[in-house]
This record gives sequence, structure tokens and C-alpha cells, in this order.
Amino acid sequence: MPKITFIEHNGTAHVVDAEIGASVMRAAVDNNVPGIDGDCGGECACATCHVYVEPEWEAVTGSRTESEETMLSFAAATKDNSRLSCQITVSDALDGLVVHMPDGQH
Amino acid sequence: MNHVSMDVLNAARERAWSMPLAQIAPADPQLFKDNAQWPFFERLRKEDPVHYTADSEFGPYWSITKYKDIMAVDTNHKAFSSLSTLGGISIRDQRADFPLPMFIAMDPPTHDEQRKVVSPIVAPGNLAVLEHTIRERAVAILDGLPRGEAFDWVDRVSIELTTQMLATLFDFPFEDRRKLTRWSDVATTVAGPGGVVETEEQRQTELRECAGYFMKLWNERVNAPPRGDLVSMLAHGESTRNMTPQEFLGNLILLIVGGNDTTRNSLTGGLYAFSQFPEQYQKLRANHALLDSTIPEIIRWQTPLAHMRRTAIVDQDVGGKHIKAGDKVIMWYVSGNRDDEVIANPNELVVDRARPRQHLSFGFGIHRCVGNRLAEMQLRIVWEEILKRDLDIEVLDEPERVLSTFIKGYTNLPVRIRN
Ligand code: HEM
Ligand code: FES
Repeated sequence: MPKITFIEHNGTAHVVDAEIGASVMRAAVDNNVPGIDGDCGGECACATCHVYVEPEWEAVTGSRTESEETMLSFAAATKDNSRLSCQITVSDALDGLVVHMPDGQH
Repeated sequence: MNHVSMDVLNAARERAWSMPLAQIAPADPQLFKDNAQWPFFERLRKEDPVHYTADSEFGPYWSITKYKDIMAVDTNHKAFSSLSTLGGISIRDQRADFPLPMFIAMDPPTHDEQRKVVSPIVAPGNLAVLEHTIRERAVAILDGLPRGEAFDWVDRVSIELTTQMLATLFDFPFEDRRKLTRWSDVATTVAGPGGVVETEEQRQTELRECAGYFMKLWNERVNAPPRGDLVSMLAHGESTRNMTPQEFLGNLILLIVGGNDTTRNSLTGGLYAFSQFPEQYQKLRANHALLDSTIPEIIRWQTPLAHMRRTAIVDQDVGGKHIKAGDKVIMWYVSGNRDDEVIANPNELVVDRARPRQHLSFGFGIHRCVGNRLAEMQLRIVWEEILKRDLDIEVLDEPERVLSTFIKGYTNLPVRIRN
């Protein structure tokens, strides 16, 4: 299984084994990573799965969809590399992915 | 539950399952006051999840009753409009002369622009500065409650706490705080004899008083160094300081209204739910860490806003039914939150659910409640302090409920704190 590292706002890192075909949000929630809420269950409808993707990973993770863009525009502390992690699907190519989390989901 | 309410519910169940399907009209305020709406939604979820009522005091409307269909409507703002001029966001059409612009009743792009301005102000990071004061005031209220004698939880705790929290958030003059509650009631009411206000004229007069009061606060704060309250943040924020007075007031009133009845009724609903499921309270009492899942669970179980309304602006199929442009569409959150295809044992309050945050009470999509973290923080503080004191609160009788298909809440709940 691909390994994904989630880094909390305070620097604490969590490495999890992610299931192929599921979303990055699911990988966090199913492994009890604090700081990713996923309130809507992955429907791109709540923006509580906000992460920052390291720029070198952008080619693999893809870029934001239109509805993702809209939901992110209401979130706090967004940056150029903000993504909704429920919109990124886990594949072998994501092995080693590192994402950072904001100080709170909203 | 006492005998009277059991009888009412049994009669409702009888009626719900025997009447012709086409005649089911869940938007009946009396049903909600009697807490007898449940069996009607149960039948609709089972037999006609997207249901048309041809005639009612609110005109014809669609009822969306399943979780997934509600999600589909809520996230499809291109087909389903919130616009006040089309009727707005509740089943009762909004008055055309509604005095203040509020982004909850707008569509993109205006909605998005205004929401972006307000949203960061109630983000978790910003709220942290208010937590201490909110806790102090919650503690004072709890410690001041009578012991060993009956009192009304709604008035002494839910209204008082919510009002004080609002006053804290806006750094509103404390002795005038009940004005906030009053303005919230006035802003959301329909004028009429025996109502919150008797005439539309009285309503407008009171809202002008509110406007004047807040303009005074704005002027004071804009000329002082920035502070942590919402008025100061709006007055100094880069994207908010150039708002027109109407926008400022519209947004302010929306924040007051949005957080008033909803938080109040969650505070009452939680206590009432624990009286129905005492073993769940014992579980929480033994493990306070369960508050993380308990707070969203209380909000799901209560569903403080029973519905949100949209108006279709294009033809759109939902759950196999053809909804036409111009139709009124009611998303019954109260029903979706009891949909057992998505939530196991949905009628029960369960403090340690696996995915407690997955509920409809805050809506989803671009209008999803902007104050949801604030609401959760307030509720968490109160329950933390109740648990810390190990208050043994006994619910003495059934609550009385609000006569409304929109605000799902309580007008009183008699309780006693055991010595
Ligand atoms: C338990 C408490 C609360 C509940 C159940 C609740 C529920 C809701 C719901 C159902 C919506 C509409 C969602 C949709 O249409 O998809 C909403 C929107 C909104 N709420 Fe809340 N709310 C609560 C507390 C608060 C608080 C404390 C505030 C104050 C900051 C607030 C401010 C708002 C605002 C400004 C909107 C409009 C958002 C928009 O249209 O973009 N709410 N709320
Ligand atoms: S889980 Fe809701 S937007 Fe990702």
C-alpha cells in the first residue's frame, strides 16, 4: 500500500498506509489522523479535509476541480497549494506523498 | 416520554401510514409542535422519498427526505437557488421588502464574495481568543443555578448562555444583551397580532434601532485599535472595512440570527436527549473524551433547523422525480438525519458513533453553515463545565416545542439539579 505522510500544523507527522482507489481524506480519517474531519464524507461539499500539497507532487495529484475551487475559496488559511484531500485518489504513484494540514478545518 | 406525548405520537403514526400518500403534507407547524412529524417522514423515505404536496398554506412544494437526495440538491446551487426574490431559504416565502441583504439568501457570485469576507472571522483560529471569556460566562451561569428546585432550562440556561455568548462575540454592551435576542426574534418573525411584533411597521422600527446601535459600535471600533470581537474584526478587516452600511448590518444580523435559536435549541436538545438515553450520558460521564463525538451527535439528533428551502431555476431530476423550474423544494434535514441507509439507529443518540460528523444539520455545499465550528465550540464549553461539576440534572417533564416547520426547538424544559 502507498504510504502517505500527514503533518499537523504543530509539526507532528503521521505516516499511514493508504488504500488504493480510496481518497487521501479517507486514508487520514480511517487511520484516525487528527486534523482532517471530512464532514461530508468526500462529496466536495464541506472543505473540512483541507491540506497543502508539496509543489513537487502537484503533477501526480492533479489540480483543483471547479467545485473544489469554490469550496476552498471559503476555507481559512488557503494557499496556492491548497487541496481538498477527498478529491485526490490514492494510487501507487502517490507512494511517499507528504501533505501538511492547516491549524483548523472550517 | 409521558403518556400524553405517546398518545399523540401513536395517533400520528396511525394517520401517517393510513392516509393516501398524495395527501401527506409534512410542512405543518402543528406536527412539529407535537413532535409528531416523524412517522410522516418515515413513510415518505420508504415509499415516496421525493414527494410533491400540491396544496398547503405555503403553496405547492417538493419534500426531499433522503440523505443522499438532500446532499444532491444542497450541492447543486446552479439548479437550486437561494435567492430572496424567488422566496429565499425557508418554506414561507420571504417578503419582497426584506430590509437587509444577507448572503444566506443570495446566489453566486454575490453570495461567494460576501461569504469569503465573513468566513475567516469565525474560523477556528480566530475563535480561540474568545474561548476564555465564553467559558467564564458559562461557568457563572451554571454556578448560579438553583439546587434542589425546579426551573426552566430554556430560559435560565439556553437563552441566557446563547445571549451572553453573542454579547461576547460582538463585545456588545453586556447590560443591553437581551436586545440581541430581541432583534434576532424580530428579524426572523412574521408580523401579526399576538406575534413577536404586531405590525410590519413596528418590525421596521425595531430593526432601525438595531441598525443605529451597531453603527455606533462600528464607529467606536473603527477608530480604536483592532481587537478580537467580530465588530472590530469587520471594521478593520482588509476585505470588510469598505462594506456599505447595509452590507455590514446584513452580515451582522445574519451572524446573530444564525447563531441564536440554533445554538439555544442544541443546548436544550442535548439535555433532553440525555434524559431519553441516560445510559449514553453515563458513558460520556465515564469518559469525557467522548465529547468530541458527542457534540456533533447532539447537533445531528436535534437538527435545530428542520429544513432549508430552494427554488428550482432549471428543470432538474431528483431521486427519479422531475422538478420544474420555479418549483419550491424543501430539503428536510430533520428527515435526512434519520435516514438509516446512511446513519445506523438514527433515532438514538449515541455518544460514540463511528462517523458522528457526517450529518445534515449544518447543510452542505456553498451555503454550509459558516458558524459550525463556533456552534460546536460553544456547546463543547458548556458540556465540559457541566461534566467537570458532575451536575446531576433531572428532566421533570416533556418540553414544549416551537410552532414552526423551520426552527426545530423548545420553548421550555422543566428541570431540577439534584443536590
Ligand atoms: C448548532 C447550531 C447551528 C446550526 C444547526 C446551523 C445550521 C445552519 C444551516 C442548516 C445553514 C444553511 C446550510 C445550507 O443551506 O446548506 C446555515 C447557514 C449559516 N449559518 Fe448556521 N447554524 C448553526 C450555528 C450558527 C452560528 C453560531 C452562526 C454564527 C456565526 C451561524 C451562521 C450562519 C451563516 C452566516 C449561514 C449562511 C451561510 C451561507 O449562506 O453561505 N450559524 N446554518
Ligand atoms: S470531505 Fe468534505 S470536502 Fe472533502
